[in-house]
Amino acid sequence: MNEPIIELRAVSKRFGPTYDAAARLTRDIAARLGRTAKSEVVHAVDNVDLVVGKGEVVGLVGESGCGKSTLGRMVAGIMPPSDGTILFKGRDLTTLPAHDAKDAKLKVQMIFQDPYASLNPRLRVADIVGEAPRVHGMIPAGEFDTYLDEQLRRAGLDPAFKRRYPHQFSGGQRQRIGIARALAVQPEFLVCDEAVAALDVSIQAQVLNLFMDLRRDLDLTYLFISHDLGVVEHLSDRVLIMYLGRIVESAGTEEIFARPNHPYTQALLAEVPRIESRKRRFTAIKGEIPSPIAPPSGCHFHPRCPHAMPRCATEAPALKEIAPGHNSACHLND
Amino acid sequence: MSATLEVRNLRTHFFTRAGVVKAVDDVSFSVGRGEVLGLVGESGSGKTVTGFSVIGLIDPPGRIVGGSILYQGQDLAKLDEREMRHLRGNRIALIFQDPMMTLNPVLRIDTQMIEAVRAHIKISKADARARARDALGMVGIPSPEERLNAYPHQFSGGMRQRVAIAIALLHNPDLLIADEPTTALDVTIQAQILAEVQKLASEHGTALIWVTHDLSVIAGLADRIAVMYAGRVVETGDATAVLDHPVHPYTHGLIGSVPSRNKRGERLRQIPRMTPSLLSLPPGCAFRSRCARATDACAEEPPTSEPSPGHTARCFHPVPA
Repeated sequence: MNEPIIELRAVSKRFGPTYDAAARLTRDIAARLGRTAKSEVVHAVDNVDLVVGKGEVVGLVGESGCGKSTLGRMVAGIMPPSDGTILFKGRDLTTLPAHDAKDAKLKVQMIFQDPYASLNPRLRVADIVGEAPRVHGMIPAGEFDTYLDEQLRRAGLDPAFKRRYPHQFSGGQRQRIGIARALAVQPEFLVCDEAVAALDVSIQAQVLNLFMDLRRDLDLTYLFISHDLGVVEHLSDRVLIMYLGRIVESAGTEEIFARPNHPYTQALLAEVPRIESRKRRFTAIKGEIPSPIAPPSGCHFHPRCPHAMPRCATEAPALKEIAPGHNSACHLND
Repeated sequence: MSATLEVRNLRTHFFTRAGVVKAVDDVSFSVGRGEVLGLVGESGSGKTVTGFSVIGLIDPPGRIVGGSILYQGQDLAKLDEREMRHLRGNRIALIFQDPMMTLNPVLRIDTQMIEAVRAHIKISKADARARARDALGMVGIPSPEERLNAYPHQFSGGMRQRVAIAIALLHNPDLLIADEPTTALDVTIQAQILAEVQKLASEHGTALIWVTHDLSVIAGLADRIAVMYAGRVVETGDATAVLDHPVHPYTHGLIGSVPSRNKRGERLRQIPRMTPSLLSLPPGCAFRSRCARATDACAEEPPTSEPSPGHTARCFHPVPA
């Protein structure tokens, strides 16, 4: 692997209730009376370690509520972790002087799932894309228009449309506006959170091609978050599988699709609808994804796992290397 | 096999202030007992409007302006609202993409399901409740008796969709139209629901129209496929024929742009540009502005060719197999 660009060390994120004055008072009174209120804390991300090397495309796969978006937001610096440290090029942003931290933060940008909700409907495209570089003084005023046109063109948009508003564009074009906005501050690392999920198949292919072209031209690194294994398989060098806040398996793309180790990964791969398949019997992993408020003990997957043993209910398996570059968190490997 | 539903030359237009939107323009297909038809298309292709036309849910400014919808020989387009209500939810059911389109957020599940049962058959509340419970159990909802007392918001997305499916199945419909019911769901939940509907088609002989943009889901589910583009069916045939030997350049391009059909890390084959606006659709083939095979001839109405029995495409320049 190349030099690491992003490194996560034991990163966790918990969401608890926020207490207003009245709720605090009730809680304190309850505590005086010797009762503790039921705590409803969601462990969205639980003790995740991750290193992404420069130029790598890492795919992060998981189902709704597994914490993949929260992890992406922490990597992008939109959300602080509850525990653990996030290093950008070996430096912890929280300990850097403000000026250096700002520069480093600009180097990590995010592209969102919903091209309708992620653009300000009252701003013109020129302002949506141009606001950040202008505010951060990245471009001399005289060159600004040329710079803006170049950014739009690179994302596949006609600069003639820069006076338009987002509602005048289709979903695919809006996603391109989001991409142009992220690239306008010259990032090195992009977090794409379900960036093509809302697009039609033919438009999705266009945007995926754009991502691949940009990676080559600008030497970008991606954390590509998706529930679509077909997309992840196509784009990624390495794949992480997440289940209820924990990474359960990680390996090179070819390796993980050829030899999935964790029972959850195996089940997930078996269920992916494939265009090559014909009239087949669908089967399913039994049960639902449990609530992250009260995740199952031990290995979170054990109530749905066909190979569960008594040990799985009590002890959480650690993520261990089972082959070079292939890690899996399952007691079956012991 | 006589068709449960046969749609012939259906045309549903929307008369808006900006002009006439030909959302469905001359669409024909049929689906037989126990058969699964995949109605495939992208946003704005008219696939949802086709489904809504069949079940009589087209509201003004929309109107069915031509064609016939023959359900067991009876033309649904000619029925009045009272006759249609008798069939809808009873013999013909619809599952929406968003289960909250079906469910009332302020009523308990049992209230809604008992109402749906008693709308079509005269039985006691207790019997209707028992029937509702059995339907919930059939779609794999654990402890259905207790869950009947819950409100929709107490269910997860996948569970809500199952409740919506259970309601659709209450009267063992002969025809079920499913409009992207698994698009918003996770892969493992999607597989569970696909397993349920598959069982329904094979065990009860329900004819199923599965409306979707996802070719990968349809590949594993459908017996036959109809591909829609800009309000028309451009290609139809057996699932194997359409997916393995697509003839229409649009179907060809759509299948080619699926990531798993491409070598890893290489550029995906893409269809250039965007779907045209249905408001200002020029005559001739609607796909010609995006098509690499298009010639001047395509400004005329394309002919229907039949490369193999039952497999048809509307194109001047079909892709050779």
